[in-house]
Amino acid sequence: MTESGTVWSAQDTTPSAIDEALRDLLKQRYEAGDACAPARVLNLVVIADHEWRGEIQNRLDNVGRYHASRTILCAVEQGRTEIDAVASVTVNEDDVAAGRLAVAREEVIVDIGPGHLEHLDRIVDSLLVSDLMTLVWSPHGHDEAVASLLRLAQIVLIDSVSELDARDAIAHAAALEQRAYVVDLAWLRSTPWRERIAATFDPPQWRPELGEISAVTVRHQPDSAVAGVLLLGWLARRLGWTPGRIGEPDGDGRRTGSADAPDGAVALALDPDDTMPIPGLAGLTIETRSGLAISLDRGPGGLSAWRRTSDGHESRWTVTGASRGEAGILGEGIRQALLRDKGYGQALSASEAMICG
Amino acid sequence: MTTVSPPVAGQQANPLAEGLERVPIRPTTLTIFGATGDLSRRKLLPALYNLAHEGALPERFNLIGSSRSDMPHGDFREMAREAIRQFSRRKPDEKVLAALIDHARFVPGSFDDPDVYDEIAKIEDELDADAGISFNRVFYLSTAPMFFPVIVTKLGEHGLNEKPGAEVRVVIEKPIGTDLAEAKQLNRDVLEVLEERQVFRIDHYLGKETVQNMLAFRFANGLFEPIWNRNYVDHVQITASEDLGIGGRAGYYDSAGALRDLVQNHMLQLLTLLCMEPPTSFSADDVRDEKVKVLHAIHAPDPATVDEMAVRAQYGPGVVGGEHVPGYLEEEGVPPDSKTPTYVALRLEVDNWRWAGVPIYLRTGKRLPRKVTEIAVTLKPVPHLAFDQEGSVGVQPNQIVLGVQPNEGVTISLGAKIPGSRMRIRPVNMEFLYGTSFMSESPEAYERLITDAMRGDATLFTRNDEVEAQWTICDPILAGWDAQDGAVPQYEAGTAGPEEADGLLGPGERWRAL
Repeated sequence: MTESGTVWSAQDTTPSAIDEALRDLLKQRYEAGDACAPARVLNLVVIADHEWRGEIQNRLDNVGRYHASRTILCAVEQGRTEIDAVASVTVNEDDVAAGRLAVAREEVIVDIGPGHLEHLDRIVDSLLVSDLMTLVWSPHGHDEAVASLLRLAQIVLIDSVSELDARDAIAHAAALEQRAYVVDLAWLRSTPWRERIAATFDPPQWRPELGEISAVTVRHQPDSAVAGVLLLGWLARRLGWTPGRIGEPDGDGRRTGSADAPDGAVALALDPDDTMPIPGLAGLTIETRSGLAISLDRGPGGLSAWRRTSDGHESRWTVTGASRGEAGILGEGIRQALLRDKGYGQALSASEAMICG
Repeated sequence: MTTVSPPVAGQQANPLAEGLERVPIRPTTLTIFGATGDLSRRKLLPALYNLAHEGALPERFNLIGSSRSDMPHGDFREMAREAIRQFSRRKPDEKVLAALIDHARFVPGSFDDPDVYDEIAKIEDELDADAGISFNRVFYLSTAPMFFPVIVTKLGEHGLNEKPGAEVRVVIEKPIGTDLAEAKQLNRDVLEVLEERQVFRIDHYLGKETVQNMLAFRFANGLFEPIWNRNYVDHVQITASEDLGIGGRAGYYDSAGALRDLVQNHMLQLLTLLCMEPPTSFSADDVRDEKVKVLHAIHAPDPATVDEMAVRAQYGPGVVGGEHVPGYLEEEGVPPDSKTPTYVALRLEVDNWRWAGVPIYLRTGKRLPRKVTEIAVTLKPVPHLAFDQEGSVGVQPNQIVLGVQPNEGVTISLGAKIPGSRMRIRPVNMEFLYGTSFMSESPEAYERLITDAMRGDATLFTRNDEVEAQWTICDPILAGWDAQDGAVPQYEAGTAGPEEADGLLGPGERWRAL
């Protein structure tokens, strides 16, 4: 895809001037004769440290087709007191060349200082497209800025695995969830796993085994214990288990705990997997009292599945699916901003009981 | 439409499926008859790959191909890989491609050969035994229509039409017959072996997002439904035009023609979705019941007076997109005395309480100025106009245009004041375009329809009585034309069709510009 943009920039500027510039940029596009229409889906406000601005832009450029229609990237620079801005309107040149209607995306990069964060809403407010949902993502902290933007934004994007401590991550997400709809990339990374677990127990002959689950072990990248806790929380809520406490990691980083299911206790374990190169889950094993055992692990072309039935019959197969990559996960986070998944809140409350209670 | 895994008798619904965006599909073995053919290579195999890529195939999935081409499993797999590389909407991930195709099986043989079905049964039993489960079975008939009854009968003879503990489903491509008698015969043949709930007759238009959006547009908005009736709607035009000719499909096209190729199926589907009453629920049968009622409300024309409501024509030589193109009769493979229409325009009326007296015009043709599929609903003009229209285009009736392709969306034309000191009015457009309002790309229609068939959701498939009701409308038109002597009228390629089509319109009406 070839993209081209019309660009405006200014130093020591104001939100009103940026807003006017955006309108002018679109007008220039129309006057150039391009058949284009501005995308009107979602506002995305990103707060990032200035030195990581390029990396964040790269991540946003590579999200695939799930771009926000207007992105406002607030780059926080130590010592800065005035606002500089660059605004651009970008269209897919392939569409223009082919005479198709091109969809225009708008991006504003606003350089701000730490002093702007507490009242960041006063800067961002006039830059948002009215009546569109607004998503806030602050990958480098800056909680005060997020707090100020909650007046304008309906959705907050977080990545719980970026917190060093799983307990802090769950507590932070739970607190945020009281004030906005939370899209957690740690949760989205587990979507294929949740779908596959659900599918595994969907055939009539396997469904009764859901009530017989006796042990669940989740393998995860060493820094992604929180993703494993969320998966266990989801299972607990969906299957009516009363979550018990998951203990501190042992010398190998393994955490264990249990939950009370209607028909007996379920042993829970979180195992770090040093071979896992990217954030998220590496695999899981579910065992039942009747002797069924099922494992899913990351493998080539999808998840490698293994099943042993109570009579000892074993089978292995691949559950097909391409890895979405980290850029794809971010894109999925942006897409999910416009949907509503009640499962996360339910999993989060169970996870809170398991790890913070 | 299904939103959660249906409960099994005596069992609760799958609690893990609740809230998931993608509902689980039971383990399935899909057998494609005609697996090396054009449809399979261009559409079905790429659709399967894209489902595999997105993790949307069943948790356990097996693919069996069958066709008359004699080739070993390995050659079939290589053909499938190449087809996917060539026609997939995304560049394939080789690891996913391998996971999908490396275990695919191939059964060569003619479709009336009992050995083919014995071999398929043997492979399916082996797959079940290896996995220790009973896979659901889906048979996809991607073959010439003459083989549909042959294959279904053989499936029945070999006991492949049912399986304890699993579901067996059969997907049938269009055309379902070439007239009412054939459609009825095919339905009888199929329903001798299968129950209707096992049969999934594909009309790929129904897999398009924009077509499904017609239901959302009508039944999720309070804005339109109050005016969606004879009191406010003046007339409706449904257009499916193409700038292309018949390409290399003379063999098929000359035996079908525009009425069978597009009107009997796709265009009547659009009409029914536009005119149907709100269904009680969006279950397959509730939706299809309402669609069938619309078809039953359209009076079958009298063959003797067919020219009063139908126009047919063939494209002659002309210029399309700056290129000189031959006429239909000069196309390779077309008999010089062919009477097959490449253009059809109809005036239909849905005689029910909601639509009585509202003309519904259908128009389709090849070698027209451009490719467009749309439904235009023209409202009645305002009863009194207090504005001076001098110096302006003037007030036009409002139009609601549902674009199916290439511009997917909805356009509403409104009268607006031209800036200035005088009260002059001209039409302006208010547009909703999929591309600007949704981030996600529409999946290929076949991806949606294949998963629905594997899931057992028949909402977007055509029921037997629906097909027969469609033919009940089209049959007399074909009979009327067959009884006429003389050549079929011609229109110049690259123009908007024959002038005769204007004669179908009422006073003051005109065809929308293509």
